[in-house]
Amino acid sequence: MNRQSAAKPWLLSAPALTLFLALLLTPLVMTFVLSFNSFNFYGGIKNTHDFGNYLDVLSDSFFYEIFARTFLIALATTVVCVILGVPEAYIMFRMKPFWRSTLFLVILGPLLISVVVRTLGWQILLGNKGLINSGLMNIGLISRPFRMMYSSPGVVIAMTHVMIPFMILAVWASLQRQDPATEQAAESLGAGPLTVFFRVVLPQVIPGILSGSLLVFSMSASAFATPAIIGGRRLKVASTTVYDEFMGTLNWPLGAAIAVILLVSVLIIMLAWNRLMERRYSGAFG
Amino acid sequence: MALLELKNLTKRFGDVLAVSDFTLSVEQGEFVSLLGPSGCGKTTTLQMIAGFETPTSGAIILNGRNLEDVPARKRGLGIVFQSYALFPHMTVEQNVGFGLEMRGVAPAERAGRVRKVLELVHLDGLANRYPRAMSGGQRQRVAVARALVIEPDLLLLDEPLSNLDAKLREEMQLELRRIQQEAGVTTVLVTHDQSEAMALSDRIAVMQAGELMQVGSPFEIYERPRSSFVSTFLGKTNTLAARLEQVTPEGSLLVCNGVTLKGPPANFLPGPVEVSLRPERVELTDADNAVVSGTVSERVFLGNQWLSKVNTPIGELLMTRRNRGSDEPKPGDTVHLAWSAEHLSILAADRSRLT
Repeated sequence: MNRQSAAKPWLLSAPALTLFLALLLTPLVMTFVLSFNSFNFYGGIKNTHDFGNYLDVLSDSFFYEIFARTFLIALATTVVCVILGVPEAYIMFRMKPFWRSTLFLVILGPLLISVVVRTLGWQILLGNKGLINSGLMNIGLISRPFRMMYSSPGVVIAMTHVMIPFMILAVWASLQRQDPATEQAAESLGAGPLTVFFRVVLPQVIPGILSGSLLVFSMSASAFATPAIIGGRRLKVASTTVYDEFMGTLNWPLGAAIAVILLVSVLIIMLAWNRLMERRYSGAFG
Repeated sequence: MALLELKNLTKRFGDVLAVSDFTLSVEQGEFVSLLGPSGCGKTTTLQMIAGFETPTSGAIILNGRNLEDVPARKRGLGIVFQSYALFPHMTVEQNVGFGLEMRGVAPAERAGRVRKVLELVHLDGLANRYPRAMSGGQRQRVAVARALVIEPDLLLLDEPLSNLDAKLREEMQLELRRIQQEAGVTTVLVTHDQSEAMALSDRIAVMQAGELMQVGSPFEIYERPRSSFVSTFLGKTNTLAARLEQVTPEGSLLVCNGVTLKGPPANFLPGPVEVSLRPERVELTDADNAVVSGTVSERVFLGNQWLSKVNTPIGELLMTRRNRGSDEPKPGDTVHLAWSAEHLSILAADRSRLT
């Protein structure tokens, strides 16, 4: 290959690379550097370089609680997405083309609406005087409203709504990769519909569930709008805490440190999960 | 009583008639092939026997029992799919044992039966492999073992060899036949490959456009096709348009492009017919004994035989001759051709099924 053609791929990808470097990597590096600076209320940000912010975060149980809540919400969202999304993807897969595309539209619908608008919609439903609570009270099922707004379950419900398309699409992709005759084979060998699903279909879509889970978990752990609106000021998660540090207390270095810890811990969880599953399923899937 | 009876089986997809009035019975232990080009309805027929498609009308009777209301999972048939449809997340042993597990066979007995059937298909020692780590031929054997281990009344094979390369396919043909006979299981094979059907089957049912064209032993169908479709689908043949002039108990007289040919006795009234002549029945002879003479236009060497095209007054004729190590007529050479009258097959001209 001559020199010109060796340079061509680089030249062609240069615009995208520049955009990536300028808009993603630079702020990330600057945030990382910022997290080692120090801050006080009278002097503002000082250009020091130590682990003060990290020590502050890691020695304060307040932050532990925030991170625990963040990951619990992300985990719960992921689990609910798996439980609802996998059967849904399979049912859609077995549907006639017309209903399939109709349902696809319904499922992708949330992604077409602004996250703020959609979350405000959930507020109308979930509030103490919202549709669900007043409906349940009117038919006499409950005497006092369930507290869904400003609670973790409320955040999980709203977040599942946003995240489930990603799970369904990931599972859909692996359903399409599987040989449809394997279901017929299982049936001919005497398996009922449930056995076919749990013994033949589900194990084959595990790779899809894994990649969907990774997607949903990482996006839920760093989600901002939903926990900010449904969770409110008091139910803090990592991303809303970062926001508060930057915009409220103006302690940018501390906010940066929390952001870096969030990024690193999500990365570690994802890599560990990936490694674990690769080892578990390397026998059957290549 | 036949083991499997298909009675007036019909399947309609919207306006399309996929299978039309299909009637066939299969005896205990028999190996029957459904042979036809793609889209002829053979796979649909198999799917109806398996229970994956519901017939529009007609009946499927297995062991005297009508299968109409029996779901696929309760029919107890062994099926080998074109793609093999092995469970990729299970080992060979788990794949083969799946059917027994569904039947509630105890693990100890299951292991024994799996081992036995893996021996039958010559896969002993590979029980703990995953399908991914096996060759196409081995996967095929696993699929056969998985279908046989449940000791089905009927084994259905859906184009089982089409994913293998030519050499392996020939090996597996013999292998499949051996396994089928050792297991003694009644088998229905669906294929578009005439050589596969001929090598494996006791009887072949040739299908075209959803209809059964002819049933018979491979030899019978090859030698006495009843339509030009059957004669061209099974092996190579020369099909000539001719006019039947005269029929006597001893033979017949045909006129083809102005040339008079002697033919075998026929059950037709004089009129337009088609004549089929197998290329291997055409012999070289001298000018005095020739039925027709012509010029060689093409010649292909196939290793074990020569295939030549000869332009003659009755049309272009294909001729195959065994390679005996001697030279053959070259393109441009004039040759004299002959064949005996009984090697001509006289077929109805309208290309439809005989009634």
